[in-house]
Amino acid sequence: MSDINKNRTSNTIKKVLQYIKKYWGFVMMSLLFAAVTVALTLYIPNLTGKAIDLIIDKGLVDFDGIWSILIQIAVLTVVAALAQWFMNACNNKITYGVVKDIRDNAFMKIEKLPLKYIDGHPYGDTVSRVIADADQFADGLLMGFTQLFTGVVTILGTVGFMIAINWKIALAVVILTPISFFVAKFIAGRTHDMFKKQSETRGEQTALIDEMIGNQKVVQAYGQEKKVLERFDQVNDRLAKYSLKAVFFSSLTNPCTRFVNNLVYAVVAVFGGFISITSGAISVGQLTCLLSYANQYTKPFNEISGVITELQNSLVCASRVIELIEEESVTPDAADAVKLRDAKGNVTLENVSFSYVPERRLIEKFNLSVKSGQRIAIVGPTGCGKTTLINLLMRFYDVNEGDILIDGVSVKKMTRKSLRQLFGMVLQETWLKAGTIKENIAMGKPDATDEEIIAAAKAAHAHGFIKRLPNGYNTIIGEDGGSLSQGQKQLLCITRVMLMKPPMLILDEATSSIDTRTEIRIQKAFDALMEGRTSFIVAHRLSTIQEADVILVMKDGNIIEQGNHEELMRQNGFYHDLYNSQYA
Amino acid sequence: MKQIWIYMKNYKKETVLAPLFKMLEACFELCVPLVIAEITDRGILAGDKGYVARMGGILFILAAVGLLCSVVAQYFSARAAVGVATKLRHGLFKHIESLSFTEIDSVGTSTLITRMTSDINQVQSGVNMFLRLFLRSPFIVFGAMIMAFTINVKAALIFVVTIIVLSVVVFAIILYTIPMYKKVQAALDRVLGITRENLTGARVIRAFGMEEDEIEEYNDRTDKLVRLQIGVGKISALMNPVTFVIINVATIILVWTGAVQVDTDVLTRGDVIALVSYMSQILVELVKLANLIVTLTKAVACGNRIKTVFDVETSIKTGKKEEDAFESGDVSEAFSGNEKIVDDNVAHNSYEYAVEFVHASYMYKGASEESLNDMDFKIKRGTTVGIIGGTGSGKSTLVQMIPRFYDVSSGEIKVDGKNVKSYALDELRDKIGIVLQKAVLFKGTIKDNLLWGNANATDEEIYEALDIAQAREFVDGKPEGIETMIEQGGKNLSGGQKQRLTIARAVIRRPEILILDDSSSALDFATDAKLRKALKNISDTGKTTVIIVSQRASAIMHADNIIVLDDGEISGMGAHNELMETNEVYREIYHSQNAMR
Repeated sequence: MSDINKNRTSNTIKKVLQYIKKYWGFVMMSLLFAAVTVALTLYIPNLTGKAIDLIIDKGLVDFDGIWSILIQIAVLTVVAALAQWFMNACNNKITYGVVKDIRDNAFMKIEKLPLKYIDGHPYGDTVSRVIADADQFADGLLMGFTQLFTGVVTILGTVGFMIAINWKIALAVVILTPISFFVAKFIAGRTHDMFKKQSETRGEQTALIDEMIGNQKVVQAYGQEKKVLERFDQVNDRLAKYSLKAVFFSSLTNPCTRFVNNLVYAVVAVFGGFISITSGAISVGQLTCLLSYANQYTKPFNEISGVITELQNSLVCASRVIELIEEESVTPDAADAVKLRDAKGNVTLENVSFSYVPERRLIEKFNLSVKSGQRIAIVGPTGCGKTTLINLLMRFYDVNEGDILIDGVSVKKMTRKSLRQLFGMVLQETWLKAGTIKENIAMGKPDATDEEIIAAAKAAHAHGFIKRLPNGYNTIIGEDGGSLSQGQKQLLCITRVMLMKPPMLILDEATSSIDTRTEIRIQKAFDALMEGRTSFIVAHRLSTIQEADVILVMKDGNIIEQGNHEELMRQNGFYHDLYNSQYA
Repeated sequence: MKQIWIYMKNYKKETVLAPLFKMLEACFELCVPLVIAEITDRGILAGDKGYVARMGGILFILAAVGLLCSVVAQYFSARAAVGVATKLRHGLFKHIESLSFTEIDSVGTSTLITRMTSDINQVQSGVNMFLRLFLRSPFIVFGAMIMAFTINVKAALIFVVTIIVLSVVVFAIILYTIPMYKKVQAALDRVLGITRENLTGARVIRAFGMEEDEIEEYNDRTDKLVRLQIGVGKISALMNPVTFVIINVATIILVWTGAVQVDTDVLTRGDVIALVSYMSQILVELVKLANLIVTLTKAVACGNRIKTVFDVETSIKTGKKEEDAFESGDVSEAFSGNEKIVDDNVAHNSYEYAVEFVHASYMYKGASEESLNDMDFKIKRGTTVGIIGGTGSGKSTLVQMIPRFYDVSSGEIKVDGKNVKSYALDELRDKIGIVLQKAVLFKGTIKDNLLWGNANATDEEIYEALDIAQAREFVDGKPEGIETMIEQGGKNLSGGQKQRLTIARAVIRRPEILILDDSSSALDFATDAKLRKALKNISDTGKTTVIIVSQRASAIMHADNIIVLDDGEISGMGAHNELMETNEVYREIYHSQNAMR
């Protein structure tokens, strides 16, 4: 398992590096600025030490010397500060740029994912990959850039300066410091499990919140608030327990390494003191300077251990986003795919076989020939797979075997976009985007004029309610249609298609939430629109489909009967039963 | 922020002890330069190795005691931070549960979810950091200043000025960036919004060939986010360089004045060294602080986002439970006291009318017109009532007002002769079984889901309810029967199956009032017909009043009484035959659905 993990991690690192490549110039600049910053921040105390060395006692002060050193300090301080600011600006640019690129790629992938993936994964999970995981990754990356590199440079720099002053003390410090690494590692090992448990429990809790708050109405209707709260509290308490341990133990790293550092500091003081007394090889100013380096030298060790855990964590997050990006796309349109501008509407299904999962056969060797202008109705009991045919026609899913032809051209030989533009589709599950009513209606025809939009809305009988909204057609509706009723949302979706005037029409329970009076009026508008065009209608209201040219009767995913109303009634089969039960 | 303080109060001990021990640790740290000064001034100058070694021992002790204090402090701050976050989550969840439909509709589910999760996490780390460092850092800074005073007043004045300048800069940057961070979070919200939308609307977006436009819009939004992030990043990145400059300038002045004072024998060289090292301690502390200020600023921004949810007040206040009315002490927060309990002696179950609407009207928030106007009717106990009307005629709103999912804007609604507002909410809702339009089931077994309706139901009762809801057949068809696991959101069931289970869940309560809000729309006609027959049987027992909302005339035509709604008004009331004769709207609906007959 750890091998797989390692592979995955190294794969992730490779991918991340590829994203960073684009910002190579900024990375180099950042490194340069970091080196300047560190070098100067380390050199300045050295200068201070020298200045102090020039202050010996009453009357023994070299003011000229001090003055020139102080001028140097002032200049270097300004340079260091600027370098640091530029470094930070570079790091921000790199980090946020990389994350944006990753996010954009992830989103482009979402647009290309097979519907199978989208249908099969909780939306919340995908969203959290694009949002939360990418964010965590950004935090880690930024911290890595700002602290890891400066940390390493600081360590190297301080060792260098210390050696320059007194190699013996430098050696003592170098030998002692790994202790703090061991301490940090020991603690990190212990806390890893706690962190894992914490994030697992957090996931569990998020799922619960999603489920319960998403369906608040039902919770309230059954007065389950207390029970749900109890369940929530159980998870919450567990989370608190793990969090406390994770937070506490991980926060031990700092005090412990600081303790080690303080020891190092004491050793330098004593050792330096001895050397100064016995041989005078170290001046007092140098000793102060050494002490200050010892202090600075050990600090990055703390930070680096923190940064490494943070980086590990952020790599896990990055791998989740990258996993999404590397998810298989829909097969791309063939290079020579044609763009159908218009279609007469002859649709042929040849030997079509399809199933969502291999174990469960669904449609097998299905043949159908629809002539231009015909109306095809699909009926059947609840959950019989009526929507499957539509998934295939629109190429949301691809057939396993056989072919679907439109005006004699295989759907696989045309671009998906042009295929889909041939159809106007209204689904039972309405979907509206956050934006104005007008934007939502004009989705299929962004250049539509206001007159066209209003005409379409009138045809769909949506004009009346839109007019009554606070800002009419410019009313902004929230996520998922906000406070509109299901029926109103459906009317808007119908308006959308009315405006588009597509060559073919797919209505999947399109009027299920609309009252029948309005429905009949809309139907008339549809009829006018569909004059001479092909339409596919899924419905459970048999009245809407009686006049269809072909009725497909489906049961358990299979098409069991096929024909027009009279033929099917004469067959005295499943359709006959279905029809009679409706008016029993 | 206020909310966070309230929850901090529960952790008084921790919130006091954590910084206290942090300060103790800091105290020991502050002693270090003094010891070093001793080493240089006395030890080295006098060549006393023993003294140097003893001072080294003191340094060791200081370090050890510092460690101990620090561990204690970390423990208490972790406890307080995790505790506050836990309580906050609990409180927020509870608060959200208490919100009525009106508020949830307007705030939006996804917002609530991010507030509950990522925002609270940010607050947790914020509190943790705050307890650990926000008091420690100023303490070290001021401590260093006080130490400087013990050495030399004139030199110490340099510290005073430095600290004033530093605080101005630090606070200016914090105050300037908080609103910027809020904007960043808001931009992130918009990126999240479009991501979600493109997942839920994948079919429609592809059907309309909108992929390119969506990608473009998404890129716009991420561009905007990055611009904001880089903008705020630039400002907060100033913190370190600016403090660095200020401290170094102070050091320069310190060394210079120190030199002058040593020259005039006011100070010793050891004093100057100590002063300089105090100054550098301030610098070290501020570098730490700068990194944490980002965390803290974020936490404040998130805390404010949480607060906005807490500020949403539920518009539906519960009445007082009857039994509670006689007990004194226990005044629960649920009790609002805006409605006096009517102490009438109605024997509820014998009261003639189960539900009465008395000139009740309802207006949606922000709407210009009333969506229900002057509803005035009575429903007799043990009858079946059908409510029919066009899309947007207000049918759903009408029935959802009975369990107080929405409150009347004028008039009143009575259940068993008593105003619904004077019931305790759970008491009222206990009487009612409502099946909503959207069939929602929860992760768990079928049985678990049904037990929501009635926690004490026996298996026998479960099967009975399944029979009534016409769900028995498909449940029995599953290998594990009522123990079959339902996935989150009921994904492994079809729409019709979900609807039947939600009906069973309502039926199993044996409610006094059973409301079906257009909840058989996904059922085919044969099943729907059987369901109606079974429901008729329950209402015939006289114990249950059934209210069926539908758009299909066939679903309600056999009801004892039918209410016809048209555009928020009652257009007619009566039995099927009556309405066929007298009511134009009803006739039209009926004929539209039975056109071929």
